Amino acid sequence: MDIFDFSEGREGYYGEYGGVFLPEILHATIEELLACFRQCKADPTFWREYVELLQNYSGRPTPVTHLANLSQQLGGAQIYVKRDDLNHTGSHKINNVMGQGLLCKRLGKRRVIAETGAGQHGFATATMAARFGFDCKVYMGAVDVARQRPNVFWMENLGAEVIAVEDGQRTLKDAINECMRDWVANMADTHYVLGTACGPHPFPEMVSWFQSIIGLEAREQLLGLTGKLPDRVYACVGGGSNAIGIFQGFLSDDNVELIGCEAGGLGAGSNLHAARLAYNDASVGVAQGFKTYFLQNDQGNMNETHSIAAGLDYIGVNPIFSYLWEQGKVRFEAATDEQVKDALRLCMRTEGLIPALESTHAFVTAIDEAPSMGRDEIILINQSGRGDKDIFTIADALDDQKWKDFICAKADQYRQEKN
Amino acid sequence: MALAEYIHQRREQRDILVMAHVVCGYPSFEANMQALEIMHAAGVDLVELQFPFSEPSADGPLFVKANEASLKAGTTIDQCFDFMHAVSQRFSFKVMMMGYYNTVYKMGEAQFVERLADAGGVAFIVPDLPIEESENLYRLSAAAAIEPIVLMTPTTSDARLAVLGEACRGMAYVVARKGVTGSKTAMGDDVLALIERCRRHTEVPIGVGFGVSSRDDLEVLRGAADVAIVGTAALRAWQTGGADGLREFFKALLA
Ligand SMILES: Cc1ncc(COP(=O)(O)O)c(C=O)c1O
Repeated sequence: MDIFDFSEGREGYYGEYGGVFLPEILHATIEELLACFRQCKADPTFWREYVELLQNYSGRPTPVTHLANLSQQLGGAQIYVKRDDLNHTGSHKINNVMGQGLLCKRLGKRRVIAETGAGQHGFATATMAARFGFDCKVYMGAVDVARQRPNVFWMENLGAEVIAVEDGQRTLKDAINECMRDWVANMADTHYVLGTACGPHPFPEMVSWFQSIIGLEAREQLLGLTGKLPDRVYACVGGGSNAIGIFQGFLSDDNVELIGCEAGGLGAGSNLHAARLAYNDASVGVAQGFKTYFLQNDQGNMNETHSIAAGLDYIGVNPIFSYLWEQGKVRFEAATDEQVKDALRLCMRTEGLIPALESTHAFVTAIDEAPSMGRDEIILINQSGRGDKDIFTIADALDDQKWKDFICAKADQYRQEKN
Repeated sequence: MALAEYIHQRREQRDILVMAHVVCGYPSFEANMQALEIMHAAGVDLVELQFPFSEPSADGPLFVKANEASLKAGTTIDQCFDFMHAVSQRFSFKVMMMGYYNTVYKMGEAQFVERLADAGGVAFIVPDLPIEESENLYRLSAAAAIEPIVLMTPTTSDARLAVLGEACRGMAYVVARKGVTGSKTAMGDDVLALIERCRRHTEVPIGVGFGVSSRDDLEVLRGAADVAIVGTAALRAWQTGGADGLREFFKALLA
């Protein structure tokens, strides 16, 4: 199935979801972006250049690892993991960012802006900007700036300017609004590097296209390792870019089940989660430039969301997923903060893997379902990022006393240096 | 009386009209009413009532804060329509809704138009609803004699202006510069050239907004535009000087 084969007059729509809902002032900019993207997508040399860049700069192709210990322990399906955590900067975000960097060069623009929640996308964008020689400004909610200092540190040291956004809930969605405000003023020389498969067309299609490299590689690698396709593929869903990336390797395979794992936060009914499709709390709306399921109230104002993983903490979801979910093509589940902590411990102890808190959501659902599957069945999990860069958050999540003692000692030392 | 006709009639007496802006429920509905009384006394011709939204991405910092504070105080859509009803009964100026598309989408386009008409509103400005997505809403509003205000901008090509011009009813809203609401616009030849370009594509009266803040700005627009749209500058006057500050602001603007 080709989800990007739009019917006449429905460009940018996936069923009733997607579209372009932007102020008139951005019409010409979006048209220019769309035209440039269409050229790139139709030009095989562009994709070749993109793949080579990721190979030379980011370590692609990332491997697929068989988790023999965990599979054995759970006693069911054989678990394989696509290792996008091994990318430069530690997550799949770099794929999209490098692609948009090449595209930005073709657009002839010299400045990039980006929103970031966890900081992973901002980190990747700052890296790309340094490499390509673009000016770079990253908008980040003030709450996220406070809880993700290590990523802010890297962004600033890579030469990006980080703006703490003080409006709204002061998280990812507010950073996106602020990017829009920058873009409507500076579109002439600025490209907006959106970090996930959300926002107005062509962003969902474009980000999905760049991330499809995950699925293309994984399919071939798994066939090489096992001679078979997976029975189920699991990926975490924040905005929905790593998931659509790996799923695209298997969309035409009717016997491969695709499972999106959202942030269950404190659980169903708690109102403190970011599960748009797995729980019953979201409804269809139009915000941030596109139509999809949003966590919103009956007045159409957005709700507060929560997740242990900042990168999943978002009100809306990839419009392609709203469609594929309704079509029964992708199943959605949620993992709670507590389940994520347990699964992370299990992964570290049995396999020596440290998935990012975001990616661990996919592990939760896979670990839950693996025992009831046959030993000859195959599970593929997308490990979208690595957790060691999140040491502060994970140490908090695991409530590690020795780490806290270390931080206190370090703080004392800095205080003494100051005096 | 239809919006365009109203503007034409008032234009026979005055060479430029003024449209003011109020964010419903900020700082309170009582304060809104007081501000509108001042605007009415000063001779304001049109008012846009902004329905607050949680993601006001086309607004500048002052309106963003106002949207946020209003929602935090618990402002609902019902209250906004009730307020609009009270305002349209009480004052002679024309009232329109300004807001974001999700507000309309969530309640349903047909219901939105019906409630707007019932509340005495004559038009709506929904900046994040592009013309391509507005066919149904424009059709419904035509049937209810409600005008959709189309925005024309400095980045809009002539070919695109022709398309937008086709859809214009009541009044066209010319955005004086790039960016969001709030910061100052250097009101000069660029804006006049843009208005001239827009005139070629529509017959309806033209309002100019974004950064219109002073009597000097009005002087520049006089003879070129039909309506000067004043938003942030008035809110700033209220915030810094209260009711007296607002009175002074409009006095200086319109004297
Ligand atoms: C490691 C990692 N995985 C997943 C996500 C969620 O984004 P998406 O759903 O677009 O893949 C993020 C976002 O920051 C992330 O950092």
